[in-house]
Amino acid sequence: MRIKILGSGCANCAAMERATRTALAHLGWQATIEHITDYPTIASYGVMSTPALVLNEHVLLTGRVPSTDQVADLLATSAPQAAAEPSSKNADGTLG
Amino acid sequence: MTGQATPVTDVEAPQGRAGRARRMAALAIAAAVWVGVLLVNERVWDRVVYRWAGLSEDTRLGSAVHFFLTDTVKITLLLVGIIFAVTVLRSFVTLERTRAALGGRREGVGNVMAAGLGVVTPFCSCSAVPAFIGFVSAGVPLGVTLSFLIASPLVNEVAVVLLYGLFGFKIAALYVASGLLIAIGAGWLLGRLRLERYVEGFVFQTTLRGQPVLAGTTLSWADRMRLGREEVTTILRKIWPYLLAGVTLGAAIHGWVPEAFFVRYAGPDNPFAPLVAVAIGVPLYSNAAGILPLVEALHAKGLAMGTLLAFMMSTVALSLPEMILLRRVLKPPLLAIFTAVVATAILATGYLFNTIL
Repeated sequence: MRIKILGSGCANCAAMERATRTALAHLGWQATIEHITDYPTIASYGVMSTPALVLNEHVLLTGRVPSTDQVADLLATSAPQAAAEPSSKNADGTLG
Repeated sequence: MTGQATPVTDVEAPQGRAGRARRMAALAIAAAVWVGVLLVNERVWDRVVYRWAGLSEDTRLGSAVHFFLTDTVKITLLLVGIIFAVTVLRSFVTLERTRAALGGRREGVGNVMAAGLGVVTPFCSCSAVPAFIGFVSAGVPLGVTLSFLIASPLVNEVAVVLLYGLFGFKIAALYVASGLLIAIGAGWLLGRLRLERYVEGFVFQTTLRGQPVLAGTTLSWADRMRLGREEVTTILRKIWPYLLAGVTLGAAIHGWVPEAFFVRYAGPDNPFAPLVAVAIGVPLYSNAAGILPLVEALHAKGLAMGTLLAFMMSTVALSLPEMILLRRVLKPPLLAIFTAVVATAILATGYLFNTIL
């Protein structure tokens, strides 16, 4: 499961990352979290308001920092859908 | 790629009637307390400073201390109230909807809409660049996008409410009107100059993956109020040093600068005053809350309103941090022209107000 946080490094983006890590801990999930600060890349996701939360290349939320519960809820409802499509395969053939 | 996550409503708020009633009661009580404190503020400090502490209104120290205390409370209250209310209202508007409304609009009408939307669309300054890219790459004309980007910091709700609280409705309304006109006019002019070649190339080459992104979750009222509360704490935490500095400086001027001091040197008919005001204001970075106590005190000493408004506008609309940010998407010539056009528009407004007010 690959999570990306899109944002240029302001306080909100850090808060989004903290909320996400806490949510993952509550859910008991493993995921890599990548912080994207490069504007062209952020724009290519169609994101205009940062911070944005991306799970396996799906944009889940933009523009505000949600509560930990909301992040957990978003991840829980989106992960099955995201996992169902092999959007990316690693070199060893595993998904995500 | 297949669909988005299904919309999720807020999971923490108590569901149903009980929760909603509780929230409304809390809001009503908070509002009542707010109004009450605002009304008794000055009288309380009159008593504390002039009767209990024994300071005299005629002394410099006495009037400075009184000003400091009264103003700090008044401005903090106004800020809390307006930030909360505006954040809740703005939560109904999104950048995505604004972009959809502006995409493909002709200049002229587009500039007017963009300026209006720039005032009501919420986005933090760190989103200015992604928003710019998002707008331009979706077909919003450059000038229209710039109208949006000028209006947003310029017609700042904090500034408007503080102006209203300090100087009354007429000044506040004039500020809003002139801010919108500046955004519309400057954006339109910049659009006509056809400066697209000075936008960084990658902006036009940005291709969106799949469809434009929709907001991830729908917002409940509890969400919106939480956003309001968070925004109040965030902004207060960010600006309190500026606010304190502004009120202190204002208090010092209030107490120590002689009455009508500026009328001779920087009155309404001084042609250089607005120029100096804008020249100082452009590189300066402050938010409205820090500047306004200063403006209030200077005005009481006779500095012309037009000059003061020009100073305030150039401080909030243009700043070094903002220009550094915009440098990511605008090449230096466009950045320079942008700054010059906006500064000139503000300058003209300063002269205009000095004449008519």
